[in-house]
Amino acid sequence: MGPNIMQGNDLIAERVMAIIAEQAMVDPSEMTPEHRLADLGIDSLGVVECIFAIEEEFGIAVPFNANTPDQPGFDISSVGAIIAEVEKLVAKQAA
Amino acid sequence: MKRVVITGAGTLNPLGATLCETWASMRAGRCAIGPLTCRDVDRLSVQIGAEIKGFSPQEHFLKAKLSHLDRFSQIALVAARQAMAQSGLAVDAQLALRAGVILGTAGGGNTTVDDNYRAVYQEGKNRVHPFVVPRLMHNAATSHLAMEFGFKGPSFTISTACASSNHAMGQALQLLRAGAADVMLTGGSEAMLCFGGIKAWEGLRVMAQESCRPFSRDRSGMVQGEGGAVFVFETLEHAQARDAEILAEVAGFGMSSDASDIVMPDLDGPVRAIRAALDDAKVAPEAVGYINAHGTGTAANDHIEAQALHAVFGARAARIPVSSTKSMHGHLIGGTSAVELLACLMALRDGVVAPTVNHREPDPDIDLDVVPNTSRAAEVDVAMSNAFAFGGLNAVLVLKRWP
Repeated sequence: MGPNIMQGNDLIAERVMAIIAEQAMVDPSEMTPEHRLADLGIDSLGVVECIFAIEEEFGIAVPFNANTPDQPGFDISSVGAIIAEVEKLVAKQAA
Repeated sequence: MKRVVITGAGTLNPLGATLCETWASMRAGRCAIGPLTCRDVDRLSVQIGAEIKGFSPQEHFLKAKLSHLDRFSQIALVAARQAMAQSGLAVDAQLALRAGVILGTAGGGNTTVDDNYRAVYQEGKNRVHPFVVPRLMHNAATSHLAMEFGFKGPSFTISTACASSNHAMGQALQLLRAGAADVMLTGGSEAMLCFGGIKAWEGLRVMAQESCRPFSRDRSGMVQGEGGAVFVFETLEHAQARDAEILAEVAGFGMSSDASDIVMPDLDGPVRAIRAALDDAKVAPEAVGYINAHGTGTAANDHIEAQALHAVFGARAARIPVSSTKSMHGHLIGGTSAVELLACLMALRDGVVAPTVNHREPDPDIDLDVVPNTSRAAEVDVAMSNAFAFGGLNAVLVLKRWP
């Protein structure tokens, strides 16, 4: 990862995808924003690990509870949805 | 094979400081979940738990003794004193050799560990109290019970996460049946409501923020509690020879391992443990009149447990009263199944089934009679208590009404 001066959305997307790719053990280039985590072979515990890695990477707190299927606080329905949620949280933190 | 009965029961848990108080709370459907008060609570994302209120250790133990006792040992000792008093046992030199202790705990002296890590890591101290090790060891509570009552027979501690106490009581049953002892103190305790204990659970993302709602569609996870219960298990012949009052028969025990996942429950393991317990008790599924569920209030547990009960009990599963008392006393982790056995005793002795409180909305995927919110009168001859631990280790006990 290069110098962290630009906290642009492209960079956020790249970093989120890298985290998910590592959890899924796939190359980030094989992933698209439409992928669901389950499609990538990430189970519910893998999701919890992804969320933890995202929180550590961006220094944010993600409102996520493994017991609520629709996750009202944080949309995890696809890679793209997760990226959008992280962008929102990072922006909120910067504000 | 000898038959085994319960002749004493004691407890200290969020619902009460005695058996009677606990039964009264269960009957009333009182929820003991409230704001956590541990140190640094502001740094926790989980702000609720079921704490024991109004317990002052100094009233129960001398100061010199207290320096040896982590909270989980204090709880076990207070509970054991009640159980021994109720049993009326007089321990002479001969019985001492035939009496042992098997307790369950998941975290052992977790509070002692937390306090002393804080001292050396956070506060930079280079010295800890000389009794840190004897306080924190998982077998501390077992050893203190053995010392207090002079029990010199087979004694050890079992640690199987959330099934610890059921595994402990199952072992006590098997030792008594096999003739290795005449009397066993058994059950378990847990005291993990400290910063580190709760912080570790937070990481799993399965903790509820506002309440514990097992089997309710709007559940949001588990809530931790603290406490324990201890029982006097005794061979029937020994109890009858001294004309003891019998609270119930410990009829059967079954256990299994999922061998599947370190946290996610599996259907097959719980099904096999329940069947094994019924077979061991020589009880037909039709005879079971109350089931104390593992019922953690997580989506994963509640659905698997409902499926397991349907697999074993068939269509009748929807008509057997099944309750999760964790909705009232929280999840006491390694001590939980000991306290939950008190609900089974209440059903058998008083004909009162404890409710699943905080229940707001039926879950369409859970076709069970979860005794929502209000306790219920029922004639119960056989009661079953489930415990399905992280690590996929399952332990199920079956009690029968006596006589």
